[in-house]
Amino acid sequence: MLLDANAGHYQDDELVPAAEPHAGHAPLDAAAETQADLSAEIKAIGEAYAQALKNGAAPETQPRLDFAPYRSSILRHPTKSLHHADPETIELYSPAFGHQDVHALESDLTIQHNGEPQGERIIVQGKVLDGDGRPVAGQLVEIWQANAAGRYIHKRDQHPAPLDPHFTGVGRCITGPDGSYRFTTIKPGAYPWKNHLNAWRPAHIHFSLFGTDFTQRIVTQMYFPGDQLFPLDPIYQSIVDQDARDRLVATYDHELTSPEWALGYNWDIVLSGSKRTWTENEAFGDAGDEE
Amino acid sequence: MSKLTPTPGQTVGPFYGYALPFNKDNELLAPGSAGSIRLQGTVYDGAGEAIPDAILEIWQPDSEGNVVQRTGSLVRDGYTFTGWGRAAVGNSGVYTFTTVNPGPTEAGAAPFISVAVFARGLMNRLFTRIYLPENEEALAADPLLSSLDPERRSTLIARRDADGGLTWDLRLQGENETVFLDFEGASQ
Repeated sequence: MLLDANAGHYQDDELVPAAEPHAGHAPLDAAAETQADLSAEIKAIGEAYAQALKNGAAPETQPRLDFAPYRSSILRHPTKSLHHADPETIELYSPAFGHQDVHALESDLTIQHNGEPQGERIIVQGKVLDGDGRPVAGQLVEIWQANAAGRYIHKRDQHPAPLDPHFTGVGRCITGPDGSYRFTTIKPGAYPWKNHLNAWRPAHIHFSLFGTDFTQRIVTQMYFPGDQLFPLDPIYQSIVDQDARDRLVATYDHELTSPEWALGYNWDIVLSGSKRTWTENEAFGDAGDEE
Repeated sequence: MSKLTPTPGQTVGPFYGYALPFNKDNELLAPGSAGSIRLQGTVYDGAGEAIPDAILEIWQPDSEGNVVQRTGSLVRDGYTFTGWGRAAVGNSGVYTFTTVNPGPTEAGAAPFISVAVFARGLMNRLFTRIYLPENEEALAADPLLSSLDPERRSTLIARRDADGGLTWDLRLQGENETVFLDFEGASQ
């Protein structure tokens, strides 16, 4: 329940019904758009893109800012083209993070409480690279996610699925000299949202990343291979190019799987190219907290 | 000349609130300390409504125009200026930072603060800049500002408050839509 005075300003289209008994069986909103309505819109956009590709358009690599099937984007996308700018001084650098900022144990989301969280324990690891394939060393990676039942520890998540007293779902780490990161966590569940009737998000982990230049900053989502919800999800489908969408899907890696302990997923992240003129020291050094 | 194709971004979604904010995230230095100013503003959608679920990051030089490369933004010691901060807007769409006026990074350059914007319903992060309103000459010579028509240019320039702080509102869409920046393509 929203108790603040401005509650009326909330567009609560991503909130699910209140977690009251039988909320899962609450009467369906007859006025709500159906998945079929949304899927038809997504399909039409996909077909138009396929035709544009045939006509020689360059493949798209990022989500569309204007993607109406994700209803919350309608009033929140710029209508004017992004203005090209050459990055200047401050934009050619990133803030520095190091071991003062992040404790090594923050990369294990399964040990933050007094007991083991419920669900399927997983290891997610990979590398953060820039567009030239250079490792992004000594930089901050932040993640957040739902628990195994598909519930976030967030006051606005009222999905009537259980909270897990042993799982918060927040992790951080600093990349190694080779750009590597590694988290131990629980496989998140899919969860319902209110974009349309019977809308469900594919299981995902939110990732926040910094590069060597502030212009490389991104926030994104990692998905799991083979999810049946991919074709139905307006957020995943806001990336209209299949190759680009595939870049958000981790690979199951049996070599990474730890016997009798955790399943392993590998996911590398590529940031845009650095615009800075690199010195040899920068290119090979660890931009961590060692002064 | 990038050799690898970048990973796509995705919306920050509605549930970043227990993950991205941290203690003193919006205090680049302690409120009330020497040289500190308040930077504040409201984030609006295309209907002119303030939105309660956006989160902004600022990244700026210090008051002398130096780019700072010091760790400690996430666990602030209260003395080290790291140049970076994060602020989620409140229920009324207002964000607040405590920071310093950025200095010019080169003699004659117009000082600005770099901004990254994230919000539920915003498919990918956006970049923009906040310029200080003083020094008309430097503003007129700025490569970005001088490439914009006067109406759009004004969306990037903060107002100076009576208390010495800065106010800068952000409009994702519609009338006076903020200029957002693309650093890829061209001139590479």
